[in-house]
Amino acid sequence: MNKPVLPKDLQTDPDGPLYVAQKKIYPQSVSGTFRRIKWYLMAICLGIYYFLPFVRWNRGIGAPDQAVLIDLPNSRFYFFFIELWPQEIYYFTGLLIVAAITLFLMNSLGGRVWCGYLCPQTVWTDVFYAVERLIEGDRRERMKKAAEGLTLQRGAELVLKHSIWILIAWWTGGAWVLYFADAPTLVKELVTFQAPMIAYIWIGILTSTTYLLAGFMREQVCVYMCPWPRIQAALTDEWALNVTYKYDRGEQRTSLKKAEQARAQGEKVGDCIDCNQCVAVCPTGIDIRDGSQLDCIQCGLCIDACDTVMKKIGRETRLIGYDNDINIHRRMEGKPEVFRMVRPRTVVYSALIVGVGAIMLYALMTRSLLDVNVLHDRNPLAVRLSDGSVRNAYTMRLLNKRAFDRVVAIDVEGPAGAQVQVVGVDQITPERPTIVLGRDQTTELRVLVTSSPDAQLAPSTPVKFHITDIGLGEVASTSDNFVTP
Amino acid sequence: MAEHDKHGTFDEVTGKHTTGHEWDGIEELNTPLPRWWVLTFYACIIWSFAYWAVYPAWPLVQSYTTGWFNYSSRADVAVELAKLEAIRGDKMAALATAPLADIEKDPGMLAMARARGKAVFGDNCAACHGTGAAGSKGFPNLNDDDWLWGGTLEQIEQTIKYGARSGHAEAHEGQMLAFGQSGTLNKDEIVTVANYVRSLSGLSTRPGVDVAAGGKIFAENCTVCHGDEAKGNPDLGAPNLTDRIWLYGSDEATIIETVTNGRAGVMPAWIDRLDPGTIKAMAVYVHSLGGGK
Repeated sequence: MNKPVLPKDLQTDPDGPLYVAQKKIYPQSVSGTFRRIKWYLMAICLGIYYFLPFVRWNRGIGAPDQAVLIDLPNSRFYFFFIELWPQEIYYFTGLLIVAAITLFLMNSLGGRVWCGYLCPQTVWTDVFYAVERLIEGDRRERMKKAAEGLTLQRGAELVLKHSIWILIAWWTGGAWVLYFADAPTLVKELVTFQAPMIAYIWIGILTSTTYLLAGFMREQVCVYMCPWPRIQAALTDEWALNVTYKYDRGEQRTSLKKAEQARAQGEKVGDCIDCNQCVAVCPTGIDIRDGSQLDCIQCGLCIDACDTVMKKIGRETRLIGYDNDINIHRRMEGKPEVFRMVRPRTVVYSALIVGVGAIMLYALMTRSLLDVNVLHDRNPLAVRLSDGSVRNAYTMRLLNKRAFDRVVAIDVEGPAGAQVQVVGVDQITPERPTIVLGRDQTTELRVLVTSSPDAQLAPSTPVKFHITDIGLGEVASTSDNFVTP
Repeated sequence: MAEHDKHGTFDEVTGKHTTGHEWDGIEELNTPLPRWWVLTFYACIIWSFAYWAVYPAWPLVQSYTTGWFNYSSRADVAVELAKLEAIRGDKMAALATAPLADIEKDPGMLAMARARGKAVFGDNCAACHGTGAAGSKGFPNLNDDDWLWGGTLEQIEQTIKYGARSGHAEAHEGQMLAFGQSGTLNKDEIVTVANYVRSLSGLSTRPGVDVAAGGKIFAENCTVCHGDEAKGNPDLGAPNLTDRIWLYGSDEATIIETVTNGRAGVMPAWIDRLDPGTIKAMAVYVHSLGGGK
């Protein structure tokens, strides 16, 4: 709904500067269903973020025992029972696809659920507001104090507030680096000032970004910096339930007193008493009654504020609620409300999530712990030996993803009578070199395949390499070609 | 739309003025930037002046402004390279002292030697032997098992150190004589012996040429270096003529040219340019290409 704005309400002065000052926002405290949901989600999100690095997971001797660890020096990623190598980065692609489609699905069901409840910017800003409220008081007190200027008590409050903010920000940055090293060890090193410089630098960076973004930038991040509101606006549809002011019920806005008089005379008036509580609690400082807008992160706090007022004056709650324009118009036409959660869009999104998730899970379950890659020498492609035989050389990479050393044998299926030789390896049996692969690492070998002198060779013959774990019987295979000069 | 003024029109739906810019009837709303954004932008401009002062920035006629700290990315590279050399120090020292055969046995040293050898080969040897050491006419292919001066690790190291006909006192000497130019053999004899040489490795001979006579000429002139069975002699760099590998080519015309004019390819000595550890690494690398004995 777009309502005309009179020139006197203009936000911008055509003769003024080409920029606007940040409007200070003093959100009022509120309680209700959605505030409660936000508290719970905040506790869960922050709990996971701050404590996950300390969760242990036994992977055997010599392997890190941290449940979630991004081991950059050794380029490994550990997540509970999963250990990923850099070449398995496609699992993250799958994860990102699932995450993106989940956001799409949330958006088509309940609007900007991500922005309002789960986004780190929202969560940390919420924490910072809670601290601010605790120290400086609620909306009115904060506005009053801000207008009054600096006193000794005010100064003390500010120092206390910023100290607590910086502590939270510092803990946030501190928790971040714990994902990149053994957490208990790193904590000990940090406390005794023995941690690597890079850890302190990253803690510093994230402390300052947290402090700046949650303490000062706040809604400016959502309105000006974040691309997601724009994307979400494009993703929503007419059936999605967004935080909506039900103007069919609310208009005409009439004060409580006037409404009684009007109703006594049999006139029809709206339920909105224009108390502005929805505006007072809004963390981005907007008026939800202006309709769906970019600045609205859809946190639902205005719903709680309005419900509180409606209960107090004995009117039906959810004048503001999760709703859409279709239902507003249906109610205006006297038709019953319709909610369509199951519709092609949501079905397709769900199917995609399940599909991609299943593919990823399958790939993960059938993931090979022994792998081989072969790269044919490009220069020269083939070498003629003095007895007339032909030799092709290959660079072979063997990946042992198990946490222990293992012995593998290399078998080659190629031109009839071909011999295999691995540079630097003494061969016990000429056609079957055996190699020891170190635990959890890649081994690179130079493998030479030589045809017999009298072989009749096609210009290119397929050649297969089979790697067999002599102990476990695991087999990994790959293929390439054997070419003539 | 109403109220035209110098700033464009006032848009009632959004409650904002337009900028006055119009394209085909579509007007741009005036949506001012937040102040912090503009201030950040100005701060970045000021920051750029600091950059000019601190880092090398402006080209001058003869040189450039060097900045307060004389920062140079080139000097940074030198420092990083020195650090790298320091890290490699121990391993390179081990490489320089270890017996050649032991290097190939130790996977760590082998990998180190191959990596080092490959890099140095690319810088120094690839010009003649090719980046993959596949050689070309007159420049031996180092991937195969045919070696003019021997293919053991020690022999390869020796060849790299002192070269062949390089002018170094320790260099390999010996050359293919110009039998035609010196008048030792006449044209017919050269054709005959060339066909005999082709027959040694099973190649076809020209009809009408007396191969047996060629054998006689060969025995009289060539066996001193190439040996009675024409298997060559690595001490003299005389190639094996019975195998399938030909440095200059196996066609009759090329062989005739070789016998007429002789051959004396030059391999430079590297001992004065590369340190012993690097030469060892290169010997291991060349040996590991596949043809090493």
